[in-house]
Amino acid sequence: MTTQTLYDKLWQAHVVRDNGDGSALIYIDRHLLHEVTSPQAFDGLRLNARLPWRLAANLAVADHNVPTTDRSLGIADPISRTQVEALDSNCAEYGITEFQMNDARQGIVHVIGPEQGATLPGMTVVCGDSHTSTHGAFGALAFGIGTSEVEHALATQTLVLKKAKNMRVAVRGQVAPGITAKDIVLAIIGQIGTAGGTGHAIEFAGEAITALSMEGRMTVCNMAIEAGARAGLIAVDQTTIDYVRGRPFSPKGEALAKAIPYWQSLHSDAMAVFDTEVMIDGSTIKPQVTWGTSPEMVLPVDGHVPDPAREADPTRRQGIERALQYMGLTANMPVTDIVIDKVFIGSCTNARIEDMRAAAKVVAGKRVAGNVKLAMIVPGSGLVKRQAEQEGLDQIFRAAGFEWREPGCSMCLGMNADQLSPGERCASTSNRNFEGRQGAGGRTHLVSPAMAAAAAVAGHFVDIRSF
Amino acid sequence: MQAFTQVSGTVAPLDRANVDTDAIIPKQYLKSIKRTGFGVYLFDDARYLDRGDLDIDVATRRLNPDFALNQARYVGASILLARENFGCGSSREHAVWALADFGFRAVIAPSYADIFYNNSFKNGFLPIVLPADVVQGLFEALAAQDGYTLSIDLPAQTVTTPDGQPFNFEIDPFRKDCLVRGLDEIGLTLQHADAIRDYEARRAAEAPWLFAS
Ligand code: SF4
Repeated sequence: MTTQTLYDKLWQAHVVRDNGDGSALIYIDRHLLHEVTSPQAFDGLRLNARLPWRLAANLAVADHNVPTTDRSLGIADPISRTQVEALDSNCAEYGITEFQMNDARQGIVHVIGPEQGATLPGMTVVCGDSHTSTHGAFGALAFGIGTSEVEHALATQTLVLKKAKNMRVAVRGQVAPGITAKDIVLAIIGQIGTAGGTGHAIEFAGEAITALSMEGRMTVCNMAIEAGARAGLIAVDQTTIDYVRGRPFSPKGEALAKAIPYWQSLHSDAMAVFDTEVMIDGSTIKPQVTWGTSPEMVLPVDGHVPDPAREADPTRRQGIERALQYMGLTANMPVTDIVIDKVFIGSCTNARIEDMRAAAKVVAGKRVAGNVKLAMIVPGSGLVKRQAEQEGLDQIFRAAGFEWREPGCSMCLGMNADQLSPGERCASTSNRNFEGRQGAGGRTHLVSPAMAAAAAVAGHFVDIRSF
Repeated sequence: MQAFTQVSGTVAPLDRANVDTDAIIPKQYLKSIKRTGFGVYLFDDARYLDRGDLDIDVATRRLNPDFALNQARYVGASILLARENFGCGSSREHAVWALADFGFRAVIAPSYADIFYNNSFKNGFLPIVLPADVVQGLFEALAAQDGYTLSIDLPAQTVTTPDGQPFNFEIDPFRKDCLVRGLDEIGLTLQHADAIRDYEARRAAEAPWLFAS
């Protein structure tokens, strides 16, 4: 029993029943819900006269549709309002704990889970949202599910799953000053591609990963899905335990004393064998900027936009041409010549307190460039917002010309009013640069909070290392 | 759930790799709290020249004549032919609901993103994996012939071309069985309610903090 990967351990601890065909019934410890992917699941329960299996396993929050401006008047868009009200009434009907829109603890589902201690090491965590991979930073098996599975998890506290393959991405050595978790994960995706982790659970390891704070680790695991992996994982260590301790939902006293030794066992054994291994030298990672319409279309900030003429493979060449056209870029242009219209610092990838601090450090005493029409900061939760305000970060942002907003998903996907207009170019700390993701025709460049803040001040991308 | 055994029908092409679920069904439609009615919004950004929303009547919108699904030869298509990593990105099951609501029963591609693949089976919709060279051949055959059809036989795990050439595909036995019989997976799982309760009792003894309310 000394050759298990972390994923193997988590899997084994949650098998309710082995189906004998490579699939198993897996127990779900924590189910997070939000307004977009749950209404049809609740309808399904009602239709079949079923009840949630274990109420306390569920925690709900409205995040995707909520406005980030003054909320005292409720939600103006009637369709968004209906969806948020449906979550409120479903949670009330079944007795599920929900942080409603005006609750101080409200925020992006993947920010509030860890913040509340609702995400714990060794748990299985699911949510009807692909970025559930975020919670893997805690040595939890966490992955996104569809609405049918939301209903299945509600009704049975289990899911029928097929075991994934094991992949380890080791980032060796230390990264240079100015290089953040976001740069690390974008560099990984640039190397293995958006389908590189398909069918796998990726464990991120190596000194550069271990050196990250929990916030940084969440950023890395958040984007495991952008590398094709449903789940990302990082072994539990003292950093994890220190973060978890003392949060509202986390165990206390005797329960904590019992939990800690178990948590400390949540790492891959020294002799564990992975189906796929990738090694990256952390010292070679530069600040990253995506140039195209897929997270794998990424470059170091000192790079040049690719030239389709140099791509031999016809499908890839077509992909580059299409992306250049959509993004309104010319082949071979330096990344630092890309001029931006908007800046979005937020999302479940980069809206935690550490991200707020990193951005504030860059903009302190400076001004947003004249060509930038809107620079907005959207904290990941009400508690992140409050903490940032206690540290005076909101004042720094406001003085620099940023808008300081209420927490939610916001322009990460623009389901609320925060959207790009056609052709607008955005430096964004979110996770997806797909066509139209932040608004129809909008152009997204994914970067770290520090790089986004620097771009806001310069009006174009700049190398944070020499900013 | 609608059972899936044999399906024969017209094939429509979507010749792009990495088609993400944002492209299959854009965000504004995710505000619907219903499970049906998404078919008219399938591939909305590519299919229409103007922007749509839940409260805009699609009949008033301008179709993009260059998009395959708007062309007469693909009307009534029930099988979609696609490229690598189809369905990547967001977990939205709305992507599968839109494909099924439009009238597709199956998609054929060399590979899929995991969550999309998984969601498909819960909706009587079959994602078939065929090797990239076979898919390339199908794209060529489809381009060469109007009204090109394929026949899918799920119990036999074959896709057969109009000239009778069969291609075998792999599928997980449990998923196949649920699809062929149109089974309700939740109902099946609840047959193991005792096993779930046993697990909970065992786990609560080992890790009581997981069951604190
Ligand atoms: S912030 Fe963006 S990626 Fe994260 S849950 Fe919200 S919409 Fe999804």
